[in-house]
Amino acid sequence: MNTARRNPLNTVAAHAALITWTVIALFPVAVILINSFKARKAIFREPLALPDADSFSMIGYQTVMKQGDFLLYFQNSFVVTVASLLLILLFGAMAAFALSEYRFRGNTLMGLYLALGIMIPIRIGTVAILELMVETGLVNTLAALILVYTAQGLPLAVFILSEFMRQVSDDLKNAGRIDGMSEYAIFFKLVLPLVRPAMATVAVFNMIPIWNDLWFPLILAPGEATKTLTLGSQVFIGQFVTDWNAVLSALSLAILPVLVLYVIFSRQLIRGITSGAVK
Amino acid sequence: MTALTLENINKSFGDVHVLKDIDLRVETGEFIVFVGPSGCGKSTLLRVIAGLEDASSGTVRIGGKDVTTTPPAKRGIAMVFQSYALYPHLDVEGNMTLGLKQAGEAKPVIAERIAMAAKMLSLEEYLKRRPSELSGGQRQRVAIGRAIVRKPELFLFDEPLSNLDAALRMHMRVEIARLHRELGATIVYVTHDQTEAMTLADRIVVLRDGRVEQVGSPMALYNDPDNRFVAGFLGAPSMNFLAAGPLGAPGATLGIRPEHLCAAHGGRLRGTVTHVERLGGDTNLLVTTDADATLTVRLFGQHDHRVGEAIALDYDPARAFAFDAEGRRLRP
Repeated sequence: MNTARRNPLNTVAAHAALITWTVIALFPVAVILINSFKARKAIFREPLALPDADSFSMIGYQTVMKQGDFLLYFQNSFVVTVASLLLILLFGAMAAFALSEYRFRGNTLMGLYLALGIMIPIRIGTVAILELMVETGLVNTLAALILVYTAQGLPLAVFILSEFMRQVSDDLKNAGRIDGMSEYAIFFKLVLPLVRPAMATVAVFNMIPIWNDLWFPLILAPGEATKTLTLGSQVFIGQFVTDWNAVLSALSLAILPVLVLYVIFSRQLIRGITSGAVK
Repeated sequence: MTALTLENINKSFGDVHVLKDIDLRVETGEFIVFVGPSGCGKSTLLRVIAGLEDASSGTVRIGGKDVTTTPPAKRGIAMVFQSYALYPHLDVEGNMTLGLKQAGEAKPVIAERIAMAAKMLSLEEYLKRRPSELSGGQRQRVAIGRAIVRKPELFLFDEPLSNLDAALRMHMRVEIARLHRELGATIVYVTHDQTEAMTLADRIVVLRDGRVEQVGSPMALYNDPDNRFVAGFLGAPSMNFLAAGPLGAPGATLGIRPEHLCAAHGGRLRGTVTHVERLGGDTNLLVTTDADATLTVRLFGQHDHRVGEAIALDYDPARAFAFDAEGRRLRP
């Protein structure tokens, strides 16, 4: 047994550090949530006070619901995020499988080439991407965003997943081959379930930046029909006047779906069905 | 009939030449064991037979058919892996039926084969369990069951017992021997454990550095090895090698099995006992001779030797093996 774990002083210190971190991380979120339920004056008078009978107000949420098409923005953000994640995971896993499983000329070079994207920010190519989207007529479509986010997420996905796939037992894949499974069946039925924790990691890493992105929606899809939630919230932030109630309410609402997705993925992170199948 | 023929098999990984001109014929119903130190190419050879690796050159025939370019599933083989390699998401029954389902067998046939294999391996109670809920020995039985239900022409075993503890290994060794008798199947079995090789094989193939050193029945290899490597590899404790010159023996090296040495007054070899192992049935002595060679002596029964005691040893020259400087056997 680890003595460091049993020492009560260490336990207290560890918990103190964790609690401090939790408070720091949750503080801005709590402030947003608390103030989204307060009247405008109350927000500025006592930003940290909880809403009471006097200061409680749903005005922010009412504005959000009335102004703009928030349900549509929600839907757009959701479609873009989920579709991008699916494509990243599918193509990333397939590329990773090929790189880790097959010996072919240029395997290492190909791996390096695919990983290059981790080091070069995709925003550097914004002008070229915009030109490309204009040429192909994809401006103001969700497809434009999905394509860009997929490209943005693939390098890290390939990198992480190929490392994990190298650890999947060769014997297991070979057993599948002897039993007559196709390479696709081996990939989908044997390998993917075993790298599920890695897939969840990749999904979580990619999900938050895509959901929160303002840059590409603003440039590639600023039209009313394709606005994402982050872009949609900007209407309340003006150069001279900012409707703080509405901004805070919109942000509070924006947290919810991503929280749900995170819970789904993190459960996959924890769960492992591999234990015991391969010694 | 010939179940498996290997002709001139060569295999290279890049610049590394791992299998060199392997020729072998295996008769139907034979139990063949590939044995050799790690890195000798025995597992690679098995994978070439299975079709999991392509040979760089040469021909593989199974049941008379040339299968050199046939995919593994169509070769009529089944394989048992060292790590069991069970499908984690399927229960025991699912693991055993997957291959048959892929091959498009009819449901009654599958049910009958499962029943047969489960009975043979006493797995009936476990059919609905996941691999993670089974012990090591049970997992290995499921892996063997998965091979049996395919009714292959050739069984391939890749170090199937190395993950089990000693008691279970002994038990499974007997099980595998029994299965071989009951099924009358042709088996190619890879191991680095010479005890498994000696106890299971009809014929042993000893490999070293990608070459076949000698092929023959366990006793033929034990009693009549072709070279120093085979002589030293088979038998536990392994053979003693001494410089031949001082003993007046032919060749460069003299090989004496530990059980062929005995304590004798006025024996040809003098030395000091440096270690005693008492196993009850046998007593093993480690003796450092005056010429500074270490010998293992296997005495049957219980003997009262002590560490540090001076001892004289003798052997029967007729049971000693002579080898030349290259390690080749010099037969009288």
